[in-house]
Amino acid sequence: MTCSRRTFLKNAVKGAIAGALPVAAFRLLSPAQARSAVEDASVRWGFLVDTAKCVGCGMCVKACKLENEIPYDAPVTRTWVERYVVTRDGRTHADSPMGARDGFTDRKIHGGEAIDPSEIVKAFFVPKLCNQCDKPSCVQVCPVGATYATGDGIVLVDRSWCIGCGHCIMACPYGVRFFHPVHKVAEKCNFCYHRITKGMKPACVEACPFGARHICNLKDHDDPVTRIILNERVAILKDEYGTKPNVFYLGLDHNVR
Amino acid sequence: MVEQVMVHGAEWTAKELFVYPNEFIYWSIQIVMYPYMTGLVAGAFVLSSLYHVFGQKDLKDMAKFSLVFSLALLPVAMLPLMLHLQQPLRGIEVLFTPHFTSAIAAFGIVFTTYAIIVLSEIWFVYRRYFVEQTMALKGKTGFGDTVRRGIYHVLTLGAYDISPEATAKDHRAVTVLAAIGIPVACFLHGYAGFIFGSVKANALWMSPLMPVIFIMSAVVSGIALCMLTYIIIMEWKKFKAILARGRGDETVTVIAGVEMDVMSKASKYLLGFLVAAITLELLDIIFRGYTAMKSWDILRDVMFHKDFVKIFVLQYGLGNLVPFALLLLPGVTIRRLVVALVLILFGVFMMRWNVVIGGQAFSLSFAGFMHYHLPMIPHSLETYKEGLFGALTVAVTPFVIFWLINKIVPSLKEV
Amino acid sequence: MKSHVLRPLWVAIAFVALVLLARYFLVPDDFGVHGESFTYNFYRAGNVQEWKDFPVKFRGSAVCVDCHSENEEMLAASLHAAIQCENCHGPGLDHPESGDPGTMILNRGRALCLRCHADLGYAGTSRAAIPSIDPVRHNVDSACIECHEPHNPDLEDME
Repeated sequence: MTCSRRTFLKNAVKGAIAGALPVAAFRLLSPAQARSAVEDASVRWGFLVDTAKCVGCGMCVKACKLENEIPYDAPVTRTWVERYVVTRDGRTHADSPMGARDGFTDRKIHGGEAIDPSEIVKAFFVPKLCNQCDKPSCVQVCPVGATYATGDGIVLVDRSWCIGCGHCIMACPYGVRFFHPVHKVAEKCNFCYHRITKGMKPACVEACPFGARHICNLKDHDDPVTRIILNERVAILKDEYGTKPNVFYLGLDHNVR
Repeated sequence: MVEQVMVHGAEWTAKELFVYPNEFIYWSIQIVMYPYMTGLVAGAFVLSSLYHVFGQKDLKDMAKFSLVFSLALLPVAMLPLMLHLQQPLRGIEVLFTPHFTSAIAAFGIVFTTYAIIVLSEIWFVYRRYFVEQTMALKGKTGFGDTVRRGIYHVLTLGAYDISPEATAKDHRAVTVLAAIGIPVACFLHGYAGFIFGSVKANALWMSPLMPVIFIMSAVVSGIALCMLTYIIIMEWKKFKAILARGRGDETVTVIAGVEMDVMSKASKYLLGFLVAAITLELLDIIFRGYTAMKSWDILRDVMFHKDFVKIFVLQYGLGNLVPFALLLLPGVTIRRLVVALVLILFGVFMMRWNVVIGGQAFSLSFAGFMHYHLPMIPHSLETYKEGLFGALTVAVTPFVIFWLINKIVPSLKEV
Repeated sequence: MKSHVLRPLWVAIAFVALVLLARYFLVPDDFGVHGESFTYNFYRAGNVQEWKDFPVKFRGSAVCVDCHSENEEMLAASLHAAIQCENCHGPGLDHPESGDPGTMILNRGRALCLRCHADLGYAGTSRAAIPSIDPVRHNVDSACIECHEPHNPDLEDME
């Protein structure tokens, strides 16, 4: 009795393994399926920030929050603008209150004393956003494949699959990721993927009245913005992490963090 | 436009100077508890394996106990992670679509493997007992006995052979499993260190020494907890013996003698691992100071100013140096041992705290700081889960589980 | 296998089979490596389309002037020509189709103007090139648009 039951169980187990293994384990390596889903290979999205043109109005941040449904009063944001003020004593004062959602209208930094204009040697604003890295360290550490790079180089988050462990937030050297206050999953800038794939510009680019932000296709060498990146002296942020960012900066100062 | 929104981390993070807007202390108390609990699991298992594999006869009494205790700790290593996840119901995806370039994805595989090894080892150790219980409870008809017999019946997995040849096979299986278990236990905890050590964006965490440091301190805390629990149990037995037979009775002195004997031997292993752990941690700090990379300025600010008391007074001083002296000074008593063990457990906890919270005490901008305020009184699910009470829940659970397991698998009989 | 030693192994294998079986039913079919690397391209393919389908909120001034041409010429010639309608009027969303103002909340506040026109004293920057005022001194109790025409903010043309 026990013997026959055992044999039956054993066979059932064997059957289950034989049945489940090929479909479940090998399916994710099917090359045909891999090829089919790859995006258009003629596009690689890039971004150019001209720091000299930015006046710190923060219209880009406001537009981004409204466009991408990030709760307006939450202190998290997909893009933000930083202010740097270097004074005569060699100190750098930097801030980004509410990510500059309401711009910079006050001379005070971190609620301290207003800095006297005669003490200032240089001041500038630096917009920040996701760098859509070639080697995104945030994607590398995702335990479940809930964040990934598309064929056109944009790093997206699958809101229905993210478990909310926060490893990607920790792994990003640029601090662009956060937990969405409503969806409770990792959230980040995606160059307004829903807009750029329709031929529109990202909301922040469109909202900027000063031409400080530009989107481009890095594979199209006739794209005027791409030409600037190719021909001018542009810089990237935090080169030392080896993430190979795709947001390029004109006029980047060494004080920028 | 007033929206009631809860930004994860904003509740307990205070920012100072220039911190990027999205930066908060996202990994809080539960991520301190997580490596602490996994460390205890790994340490307890290594302790039991010292007897099974390396034949350290002096640890025989500890071996059975620490094996079962490591089983009780096992689910609790996962609990803090579940409490920390923003989407706990999706946690199983780690087994469904493991992305193996992530250290956390290894968790599913290593943790499951480890659980299977521990469970199998316990099965081999207690199989004979399960069979005997099934036999003994055969004729009984009471409800409790029927249920118990059913449980034992299932636990035997249908293997009723307890002939000397069969039990000899059990013993060999235990040795093999314990031998496989040591590297897996180390791997289980090493990868917990890897989760932190591999985060290149974090200047404090990123270090190849991190996994090794984690393993060493894991073994230290695991042994310390097993010793402490063992002492409490023996003292309880002694207390019962005194109540039953009076202070001068022979059994009391026998229990006390056995207790002291086991403890003085276990504390030698403890000291060895403690020295290794401290050496590696100091090496890490010295190396950072000497090479003085870009991040050193802010790290120095955190280590020697902001977190000086937590790191050098509480962790190294109170948690390492004092117990080290207490264990080394001649004429160790049980009371002094208890103080030393509690301090060691505290020291390892502070080490986890200083790594996890300390790693988020400074901004990625290297120009600002973040301060962590542990939520004490829970006023929402999040402040419970990631607050003092969540941590206490995690700390208490293994003892409850141990108590439950002992109803079926008595790890303390014949001690 | 006669020996009882392998019995825990069978249990373990049964467990693994169970997980694989659950995986078969619960993981979407399009989950896998879609691209060159397992490290960066392991995901559920359907999610890409989900992001593409995310609703557009800011439609752009070109859409606005299709119906609202009254200020078009004045604005085009003004110093504010580069500012999108929706920067001040709010995102259009489906307003052109439904006619419903919806999310379009017109911002008439001082705070909006001060984003660019508050004097921060950063000489030599493009911010300093914008005409600016000290917000705590310049007609504190008045809205900017009481005196300045936002669609043609020329100081010489002021009424």
